[in-house]
Amino acid sequence: MLPLIGKRLVQMLLIMVVASLVLFFIFDSDEFKKKIAVAELGGFAVSALSDADYQQWLVNKGLDVPFVQRYVNWFGGVLAGDFGHSFEKNTDVGPLLWDRLKNTGILAFWVFALMIPLSLALGVIAGMKEGGKRDRIVSFVAVFTTSIPEIATAILLTVFLALGLGWLPTKSAMMQGFDPWQLVLPVLTLVIYSFGYVARMTRASMAEVMTSQYIRTAILKGLPQNRVIMRHALRNALIAPFTVIVLQLNWLLSGVVVVEVFFEYSGFGKLLLEAALFGDIYVVQAATFVAVIVAVLSQIVSDVGYTLLNPRIRFG
Amino acid sequence: MATIAAPTSPAPSLLDRLRRPRVLLGLVALLWLPLVAYVMFGVGRMVLIPAIPATLLLYALAVISWRESAVAVIGVTLVMFWLFIAVVVPFLPLLDPNQPVQPFVTPLTEARDMFFWLGTDFRGRDMLSRTLWGCQRVLVWGVTATAVAYVIGTALGLVAGYLAGWWDEVISFIGNVILSFPVMVLFIVILTYFGPSGFNIIVAVTFASAPAIMRIVRGLTLDIKTRDYVFAAQTRGERPLWIMVVELLPNARGPIIVDACLRLGYTTVAITTLTFLGLGLQPPDPDWGLMIKEAAAAAMLFKFSYMLLVPALSVSSLILGFNLMADGLREMSLRD
Amino acid sequence: MADATPILECRNLCISYFTRAGEIPAVVDFDLIVMPGEAVGIVGESGCGKSTVALAIMQYLGGNGRIVSGEIRFMGQDLTTMSQEELRQLRGSKIAMVYQEPMASLNPSMTIARQLMEVPLYHEAGCSEADARQRALEMLADVRLPDPARIMDAYPHQISGGQQQRVVIAMALLSNPSLLLLDEPTTALDVTVEAGIVQLVREISERYGTSMIYISHNLGLILETCDRITVMYSGEAVEEGSVEQVFDRMRHPYTKGLFNSIPLPGADKHARPLMPIPGQLPLPHERPPGCNFGPRCDHFRAGVCDAGPIAMATVPAHQRHYTRCARFSEIDWQARPEVVEAAASANLGEVVLRVENMKKYYELRDPSLMALISGRSVRTVKANEKLDFEAREAETVAIVGESGCGKSTFAKVMMGLETATEGKLILDGKDLAQTPVERRRPQVVGHLQMVFQNPFDTLNPSHTVGGQIARVIRKFGVESDQAKVEARVMELLDIVKLPRDFYKRRPRQLSGGQKQRVGIARAFAGNPRVVVADEPVSALDVSVQAAVSQLLMDIQRENRTTLIFISHDLSLVRYLADRVVVMYLGTIVEQGTTDEVFAPPYHPYTEALLSAVPIADTSIRKKIIVLHGDIPSAVDPPSGCPFQTRCPRKLGAICDTEEPPIREFSAGHRIACHIEPALLAEMEPVITMPPEQAAE
Repeated sequence: MLPLIGKRLVQMLLIMVVASLVLFFIFDSDEFKKKIAVAELGGFAVSALSDADYQQWLVNKGLDVPFVQRYVNWFGGVLAGDFGHSFEKNTDVGPLLWDRLKNTGILAFWVFALMIPLSLALGVIAGMKEGGKRDRIVSFVAVFTTSIPEIATAILLTVFLALGLGWLPTKSAMMQGFDPWQLVLPVLTLVIYSFGYVARMTRASMAEVMTSQYIRTAILKGLPQNRVIMRHALRNALIAPFTVIVLQLNWLLSGVVVVEVFFEYSGFGKLLLEAALFGDIYVVQAATFVAVIVAVLSQIVSDVGYTLLNPRIRFG
Repeated sequence: MATIAAPTSPAPSLLDRLRRPRVLLGLVALLWLPLVAYVMFGVGRMVLIPAIPATLLLYALAVISWRESAVAVIGVTLVMFWLFIAVVVPFLPLLDPNQPVQPFVTPLTEARDMFFWLGTDFRGRDMLSRTLWGCQRVLVWGVTATAVAYVIGTALGLVAGYLAGWWDEVISFIGNVILSFPVMVLFIVILTYFGPSGFNIIVAVTFASAPAIMRIVRGLTLDIKTRDYVFAAQTRGERPLWIMVVELLPNARGPIIVDACLRLGYTTVAITTLTFLGLGLQPPDPDWGLMIKEAAAAAMLFKFSYMLLVPALSVSSLILGFNLMADGLREMSLRD
Repeated sequence: MADATPILECRNLCISYFTRAGEIPAVVDFDLIVMPGEAVGIVGESGCGKSTVALAIMQYLGGNGRIVSGEIRFMGQDLTTMSQEELRQLRGSKIAMVYQEPMASLNPSMTIARQLMEVPLYHEAGCSEADARQRALEMLADVRLPDPARIMDAYPHQISGGQQQRVVIAMALLSNPSLLLLDEPTTALDVTVEAGIVQLVREISERYGTSMIYISHNLGLILETCDRITVMYSGEAVEEGSVEQVFDRMRHPYTKGLFNSIPLPGADKHARPLMPIPGQLPLPHERPPGCNFGPRCDHFRAGVCDAGPIAMATVPAHQRHYTRCARFSEIDWQARPEVVEAAASANLGEVVLRVENMKKYYELRDPSLMALISGRSVRTVKANEKLDFEAREAETVAIVGESGCGKSTFAKVMMGLETATEGKLILDGKDLAQTPVERRRPQVVGHLQMVFQNPFDTLNPSHTVGGQIARVIRKFGVESDQAKVEARVMELLDIVKLPRDFYKRRPRQLSGGQKQRVGIARAFAGNPRVVVADEPVSALDVSVQAAVSQLLMDIQRENRTTLIFISHDLSLVRYLADRVVVMYLGTIVEQGTTDEVFAPPYHPYTEALLSAVPIADTSIRKKIIVLHGDIPSAVDPPSGCPFQTRCPRKLGAICDTEEPPIREFSAGHRIACHIEPALLAEMEPVITMPPEQAAE
């Protein structure tokens, strides 16, 4: 158990070092530096800039320092809690990122709070009797909703619930402070897109368990249907979906970019996209870093959870 | 045993002959290569003519082969509908998709003596024409990107799974590093680095999908390589490459095809989304993601929401087609 | 007894599965009566419907199975008309079942205790947790499980297959059922473990008087466990009667065919070859009119046997003996099967293969923290230890052993997929022990080929049969010209008695036996000197086994090939082999000619193995030796003699500490045991035949 977590943590550190190095390398290219200059000074000004002036601009921005040294400095800073400075927003990256992460966290919390019970319940109901009416309905709804990309779901919801019926605000910029109503559409969009996958996974897992021989044993032992489902089937059936749910976090981080941009919600995804388009190295670097940490941590949680849920491995 | 009796099995029917892998691959090439030439390399529209019968024949074969599964037939119908449109759209009597006529004409109304089935967008361009032309880019870039990712991912998966040892350690580690990036983050980073363009989308999709494909193929390989026929090949001294290509790959194709259909769906989502975010295909040529992006800023009234709905529903129908195909194929493979 | 109510009575039972292709009748017109205390065996080959009968009795046929007509009465009540709740109360309390795969039948995420306690908790009102636990514990002891308290808190994967099956049996017995259904309960187990389970089953019926239905494909097991037997063929019961009637005075040609196709002790492979049943089982929707066995039957007569459905008929003068044969009264049942050809015993040639002091060790890394601390992170698995034997041209050498005995590792070293840790493996004078297959010349590779166990795995499903054989011919440089290769493939198809149009077929269009024939053709394509056959027939149906093993022997005799026959089936080995090598946990415990190994002196393991094999012959008397415990893991083998943990003749400390000496009893007959040779020589034979048969 412990060696497994240890191994995973070491792997995570290794992955983060490699990932940050690659990112640093990418954003160290001349094109990128020029891109920042263009974004900051305007295309015309940059093209009028003399070579010496451009070098001076690089020095001002601290972009002239050689790659390795800059990386070491940055990494040292990160270890001390300093994520560098945003060129675009002209603030420290740390607090900025923290603020945006908090917003995305609120979004993610509600998405999971709705998605998990919904998808597990539907998946279990569908998988209890494979090929039955309930199974068909759930499977159809699940394929249908996962086939509509977030962007299309966002549009449909906005058009009907906000523009058509006027029940909800169209955008979620939260200009006048936190407004729960503005959260509804982004959360709904993400839930609709992601629940289908987990539900299908749960259904497949449940259906497989229900045809397994130990369920036959349980039924032929004369146990009541409830007991068979609750004690014998559920636990084994939920092992696979559990790992999927945790890994959904990774998936959610992708979906969050589109949804936040569409609804103008100031979260982590929107920050990342804006920074990437601007060439704001330290913000992209920090945001990617956070994304990788979340991804690897969720993998560890998923692994450990799987081990805990599955006695075959726990006492293997 | 001097004379050899000819095999006595009945001559294969025309249908069976058409369904041979070689023929199917030929048909796919006949459909695909002209589309690629037309969309990616700007070759004249005449190149698409042979693709039209190929598309129809492939569709007919798919429907006959999969007639057992209604789901698969619906899926392939949706996909083939858009493929057919992609192939014939240059020959259709449509308005120029980039030519403004009159802005904000709502669907099913007339303007300037012309009837607009789907209206016009905020710049006055014909929505019907833009929607139909829009499928070309998504399909061609999306499918090509997925195919490239599959070639690379499958090769790596076979090597990692069959050769194991250090090969596996190295390939799996690199795969894990890439997989630790959320897909969209990876796309954003790659496309901001290389710049937004169709070819770079192929690069990005390959980077993002190949590790996942590698994992799947690796898993399949680990399973298949324990079979006796692989053991038999090893005991007669076959080379690893031969075993991977001839013994392993053909037996992994079922799950790979199912996964490929799903992944085509993901790629379509990704390309549309990236274009929406301004990282994908660039204006002015029509594209569903682009249509959404442009309309999202302009059409904030219920009356004009058709500008958003039409491309959103179009892309959804294509993805639904891919997903239903995957579902149907999986269902059929489970039955046998 | 005649007027007592039967425990179970099936009458005119018809069961069908409903699929997209339409209705598929699985069981047709089936009758069965189980009286109190009686053990009834149902025997038949795969697809004959025997398991469907069991599931129908449990009323558990799945979504698409349905009882079309007939009734199943349990103690007078019709099960087919019961409600779900009534059925629930019956299942697990009055009728209990034991399944084929114990591992899959137990819930992997619940402790054994929980799974056992559920039975009394849900079937007896007012049974407390503590009571249930106590009962479960006692029952585990009753099924002879060592250390029941530890097993109670274990999860299924933590105990061995034999122990799992005992747990399943304990679960079935907990509510003291009136009827126990056993569906191939030992198929997944090793022979010596199987013997223990069989003994337990016999004890149960004696002690509790439980009525039993024992389903198996193995006639020998039925003989050891049952009073009555029903023989099924293609969805129908073809013969029913007491075990003595059916075994000794059978009245159905299929039953007769089954007995002729299984090797029995006393029969010599050269004098009386196995008599396979010709043809194949019909598919359920392709059954012939009239008698299902008609197309394969020697006594078939058009107009009589294919006129219409044939009903079960009572055999006159036999009590409760029924047969579904239209001509049973006309057939001469005493007639001996014609001996096709009494092929002469092949005279053996030079030594082709010599294995000298061959060892194969694996290193196993244990990544756990405990292992790191104790410094035992690398452990050595001695898969093969000091193997020493030789094989001559045209000789069949059988390697006999149960799981973990190291036979598959040995095959891998032979084929060059692994190299030996030490020792020599000499083929035609050249040592191959250190030469992996990539470094062997194509001809050498072709000289050493293999036939695999699992027919469903042996051929690549994606390529045609002809293509796969052709590849071997080209690879070994036998032929390279396209036309000649094709000619050679056709020739090989002829040799293995398959139609030539199989060239273009794909493996999924072939039956198990046909696939195995292709596997044999492939192995013989490169004119091999030595063929290793790893359990080539164990996955096949009984009637097909005979044909395939006979074919293998014929080709071998024809080509004077050396055959290394790996098997756990001693009956078959006795029939086929010239020499026998008995292995246990990676070492050879005994070797010699077949006659020497099958007669005293025995190694104690050989003795137990001989006793464990079920024999389908009522006249044979067997000494019962049941080994206790399970086969130890090769990762952690016992010190001293590998067999000491289970040996019923263990001497004492010397067996724990010292490796046994290898003693030569006669030229080539060697036994590795501490017991004095004189004492070993005094052993009684395990199997004794009645004098009149032995005299033949």
